[in-house]
Amino acid sequence: MSEAAVLDAAIVDTRPVLMDLKNITLRFGGVEAIKNISFDIREGEIRAIIGPNGAGKSSMLNVISGFYIPQEGEVWFRGEKRGPMKPYQVARLGIARTFQNIALFEGMSVLDNIMTGRLNRMKAGFLSQAIWWGAAEREEIENRAAVERIIDFLEIQNIRKTPVGRLPYGLKKRVELARALAAEPQLLLLDEPMAGMNVEEKEDMSRFILDVNDEFGTTIALIEHDMGVVMDLSDRVVVMDYGRKIGDGTPAEVRASQAVIDAYLGVAHD
Amino acid sequence: MDQLFFAAEVFLNGLMTGVMYSLVALGFVLIFKASGVFNYAQGVLALFAALTLVGIQQGQVPFAHLINAIFGTHVESFGWTLPSIAAIALTVLVMIGLAILIETLVLKHLVGQEPIILFMATIGLAYFLEGLGDVMWGADIKTLDVGLPQGISDSVEAVTAEWFGYGFFIDRLDIWATMIAALLVAALVAFSQYTKQGRAMRAVADDHQAALSVGISLRFIWIMVWSIAGFVALVAGIMWGTKSGVQFSLSLIALKALPVLMLGGFTSIPGAIVGGLIIGVGEKLFEFWVGPLVGGATENWFAYVLALLFLVFRPQGLFGEKIIERV
Repeated sequence: MSEAAVLDAAIVDTRPVLMDLKNITLRFGGVEAIKNISFDIREGEIRAIIGPNGAGKSSMLNVISGFYIPQEGEVWFRGEKRGPMKPYQVARLGIARTFQNIALFEGMSVLDNIMTGRLNRMKAGFLSQAIWWGAAEREEIENRAAVERIIDFLEIQNIRKTPVGRLPYGLKKRVELARALAAEPQLLLLDEPMAGMNVEEKEDMSRFILDVNDEFGTTIALIEHDMGVVMDLSDRVVVMDYGRKIGDGTPAEVRASQAVIDAYLGVAHD
Repeated sequence: MDQLFFAAEVFLNGLMTGVMYSLVALGFVLIFKASGVFNYAQGVLALFAALTLVGIQQGQVPFAHLINAIFGTHVESFGWTLPSIAAIALTVLVMIGLAILIETLVLKHLVGQEPIILFMATIGLAYFLEGLGDVMWGADIKTLDVGLPQGISDSVEAVTAEWFGYGFFIDRLDIWATMIAALLVAALVAFSQYTKQGRAMRAVADDHQAALSVGISLRFIWIMVWSIAGFVALVAGIMWGTKSGVQFSLSLIALKALPVLMLGGFTSIPGAIVGGLIIGVGEKLFEFWVGPLVGGATENWFAYVLALLFLVFRPQGLFGEKIIERV
C-alpha cells in the first residue's frame, strides 16, 4: 500500500478534475469486486485502467456508467456528488460508453445506430417529427450533419447503410465508438476497445482514440489488456488487482512500480 | 358472369376480413418489435379493451358481482350512458394505466431474461386479464355500439348494380374498418420510422444494454409500447365487438393472428397488413372454390395450413428480417 501512496503523491497535474471516485466498494453478495478504491479522472486526459483478469476493471467502468451502484463510496462528476442513478440517466449527464462484448443494435443500419447516440439531443415534439416539419426537420438535419462528421472521422463512409449484423468484428467496434461519440460526451468510457483485434486494427483504433482526444478534447477512460497500447496511449494509469488499487500514475511510474510488476507484469517490460 | 362477380365479391369481403386480422396482428408486431417479446396476451387485451369500453359507456359498475356478493348490496349501474368519444377516451386512459401496471408488476422484474421467460409471463398475463375482465364486467355477451355505420351499404350495391349489373354486398362496417386501419398503420409507420421515440423503441427491441448506454429509459419505452399496443387492441376490439358482439371468444381471434404473423413476419408492420389480407382473401376464396368439394368449413384450418407451408419454406415470413448469423 505504501508503494501506491508514494505514486499518488507523485502525480502532478494542474488540469481540473472531471470525475472523482472516492472510496468505492462494490460487493456481489459476499464477494468484494472493488475494495475501497479512489482515483480521479482529469479533464482532457486519457486515463487507463489495467489489471489482470478478474481485477475488477469492468466493474469499475460499470460503476462510473451507472450499470452497477456501489455499496460504499461517492462518485463526483463535474464537482457534484452523484446520487444513485440509472444508466440512462448517467448517459444523459454526458457519459458515453462502449462495451467489452459490443452492444450494438444489430438489426439497424450503421447510420441508424450512430443516430441513436443523439437521441437525447432531440427536443422537438413527436408529432412534428412524425410529419417531418418545423423544428423536427431542422433538428434532424443538424443531427445528421453531426453524425456524418463522425462517420468521416472514423472512416466508415462506405458501410453507412449496412446492417450492423453483417459487419466484421473490428468494424463493429468502430461503429460502437462512433455511436458513443455521437452523443458528444464529456467523458468517454471504453471497455477493452482493442480486444480481439489484429495488429492493424489495433493501430487504427489507437489512432482514432488519440484523435478523438486531440480534436474533440474528449476525456477518455479506457480498459485495455495490451500493455504496449496502454503505455503509448494513456496520460495516467490506474492498476487494479483483486479489486484493490495497487498503482496509480504515469505509464513510466507504473511500469517502474515494484507492486505492479509483481502483481501484473510478472517481469519487467521495457 | 355472375359467378365471376360473385367471386370478386368474395374476394372483396376477404380483404375486409383480412383487415380485421391485420389489426390484431399489428398489436403483436408492435410489442415484438419493441421488446422482442411475443405477447400472447394481445388478443385478450383486445377483449379487455372492448369490455371496458362497453362497461364505461353503459355506466356499468366494475366488480359489481363481487361487491354485491361480499356486501349483499345490489349495485349494477351508475345509471349513465356516456357519449362514444368520452367512453373511448376513458378507455384509452385505462389501457395506459394497464400498461403502467404491466411494466411495474411484471416486465420490470424480468429485464434481461430470456425471451421464452417473457413469453411465459405474457401467457400468465393473458389468463389473468381474461379473469379480470370477467370479474370486472361480467361474462355475458354485450353489444358494442360506438356509432360506426353497420349493415349492407346500399350505395355500393346501387352503384355496382348500375355498372356491372351485379350488386355487391359490402358491409359498411368493413369499409370503415379498412379506412381506420389504413390511418392507424400510416400513423404507426410514421411514428416508428421518423420520431426519436420510434427510433428509441427499435433500439430497445434490439439490445437493452446498448439502449441504456445511449440514454434511453427502458421503463418509459415499455410503458409507451404497451400503451400503443393497448390502443391498437382497443381499435381491434371496437371493430370485432361491433361486428360480432363483445364476448369471450373474442380473445380467440388472437389465434388467427398467428398465421398472419407467420406469413408477414413477426417484425414487419407492412407484413402484418399484407399477411392479414392474404389470409383473409385466401380463406374466403378457398372456401368459395374448394370448400364445396370437401364439405366446407375450410376457413377453420386454411390459415394454419398456409402458415405451416410458410414455416417450412420461408420461416422468416414475407417481410421478416432475414436471419443473419455470423460464425
